[in-house]
Amino acid sequence: MESRGSGNDYAISWNETTEAIVMNHFKRTWGDRLFDSGNALFLILLAFAAIYPFIYTFVLSISSASTALEPGFKLWPKEINFSAYEAVIRNPDILTGFRNTLFRTVVGTISVLLVCSMLAYPLSRPDLVHRKGWTLFILLTMVFQGGMIPSYLLIRNLGLIDNLLVYILPGLVTGFNVLILKNFFQGVPSSIGESARIDGASEWRILFTIYLPLSKPVLATVGLWTAVAQWNAWIDALLYINSDSKQVMQMFLQRIVIGNNTEMIERNMVGATIQDFTPETIKAATVIVTVLPILVLYPFLQKYFLKGAFLGSVKE
Amino acid sequence: MSGLIRPYRKSLPLLAMMVPGICLLILFQYFPMYGILIAFKDFNMSQGILRSPWSGWDNFVELFGRRDFLHALRNTVVISCLQLTFGFVSPIILAILLNEVRVEFLKRGVQTLTYAPHFFSWVILGGIVIFILGTEGPVNFTLFLLGISPIQFLTNDYWFLAVLILSGIWQSAGFGSIIYLAALTSISPELYESASLDGASRFRRIWHITLPGLRPTIIVLFILSLGNFLSAGFDQVYNLYNPLVYDVGDILDTYVLRRLTLMEYSMAATAGFFKSFIGLILIVIANSLANYLSDGEQGLW
Repeated sequence: MESRGSGNDYAISWNETTEAIVMNHFKRTWGDRLFDSGNALFLILLAFAAIYPFIYTFVLSISSASTALEPGFKLWPKEINFSAYEAVIRNPDILTGFRNTLFRTVVGTISVLLVCSMLAYPLSRPDLVHRKGWTLFILLTMVFQGGMIPSYLLIRNLGLIDNLLVYILPGLVTGFNVLILKNFFQGVPSSIGESARIDGASEWRILFTIYLPLSKPVLATVGLWTAVAQWNAWIDALLYINSDSKQVMQMFLQRIVIGNNTEMIERNMVGATIQDFTPETIKAATVIVTVLPILVLYPFLQKYFLKGAFLGSVKE
Repeated sequence: MSGLIRPYRKSLPLLAMMVPGICLLILFQYFPMYGILIAFKDFNMSQGILRSPWSGWDNFVELFGRRDFLHALRNTVVISCLQLTFGFVSPIILAILLNEVRVEFLKRGVQTLTYAPHFFSWVILGGIVIFILGTEGPVNFTLFLLGISPIQFLTNDYWFLAVLILSGIWQSAGFGSIIYLAALTSISPELYESASLDGASRFRRIWHITLPGLRPTIIVLFILSLGNFLSAGFDQVYNLYNPLVYDVGDILDTYVLRRLTLMEYSMAATAGFFKSFIGLILIVIANSLANYLSDGEQGLW
């Protein structure tokens, strides 16, 4: 929009701008409005489709036996009945699984944060000898792994088969987590650490009393990330754990839902006064019970859940 | 001489801090790497890896002679190609559509709901899929209302593949769109304004501004996907498959797992090594390709 004369500048540009606005407005009213409504509708349907399977499962889990057997969309329960939940909770295996999953989630997350911080902090210091070498050493493990068989043989030789520690130790050091923490630590002004060092503080004190408190957001994100992974983990339990007393929720869930074995739950209800459940409602209840903690925390911690995606996209 | 020692001495407390982590890393990540030797040996459990006799390429010859391995390989390629075609594109489309939404709470709401499936394991999601696709489930109910006879989605070869792809999209499209959405926020809104002032339609604006803006991100994520080409989603397949669909559903990882349970360690290790090795080659090729296409700009290294 070049100006063409001195006195008439304002008049000309006003007209051109109005013309542009009118043209724009026109375009908005026609194809754009159509697109926007169509798009909104499509996205709403998509969001509903994403969440509907969960709704269905939930409604199935609280349905009475007769209504559960009726085919339908189950957007809401026709007859509510918590019998399936009673059966699930009464089952000692479920409680064992829950306890073990909780153990690995809490202990696993805390230890991962600890060990990875202890690796990330020195790597973030420019004066560390062979810094590049160490970094490469850690990052290489992200690209190449030994494989299922060698890992299995190693776990066996270490005597970790059927040992609760197998849930914690192998996954303690992840190149990804170390990288994230290292990048964050590098962003902390070195002057803070310097003055502490001059005052005679040891590197350990600097890490624990200065860097870690400053890293709360990153720790929260990495921690949450790890916690979810621990909660959902099942392959290591499948391969390495044999006794049911050490088994995790996911494995019991797998037996019940994928393996179609609800007998282990049903037998606990023998002799109970109300037995208004079907294998399907039991399966559904087990799923909901496993899913509940994550589902409950998700809306509140959504910010931290999502940050994990960004952390991965930051290039070195 | 002291100039050589001093940096070491200064770094000592830092190195001490790294000791537990490095030890764990060596033990659980580097140590198993020498297990790839099993692929070249006539592995015997009692003799262990080091003392088992060498067998050269024998294991590979035997492995490639097995029909079920070749099927697993073929299936992995087919499933990965399908995933790259549909599964890779979905988060991009979703991100573009979400980006066009002006109503903030609609955008946030859709995002919250579509991201959710990502946070659950395939044991959970698989179980839910089985409910939905079962003969008494809502999908077959819909078919019934339409007068179509029930379909056994999980035991039919072709439907199984469709289920894999669609449920894969269900789990990952929402979450996958986050990265693309983040990339889209860095596109200057002035570009859109001047384009619309010049008379560009919505479609043209998307084609000429939005998509090129996503190009770097798409390339990087595509490389990463190529590196994982032979993985094809073990979690998902394991929880959804059954012997009736082994013909199309058995992938390399599930094949290896079954070898392990049958204690055929040599075959398992050989197949596993093959997969890792090809994966490494793929990621190197993909990275070179990305570097070449973008004049060294976009690549992992």
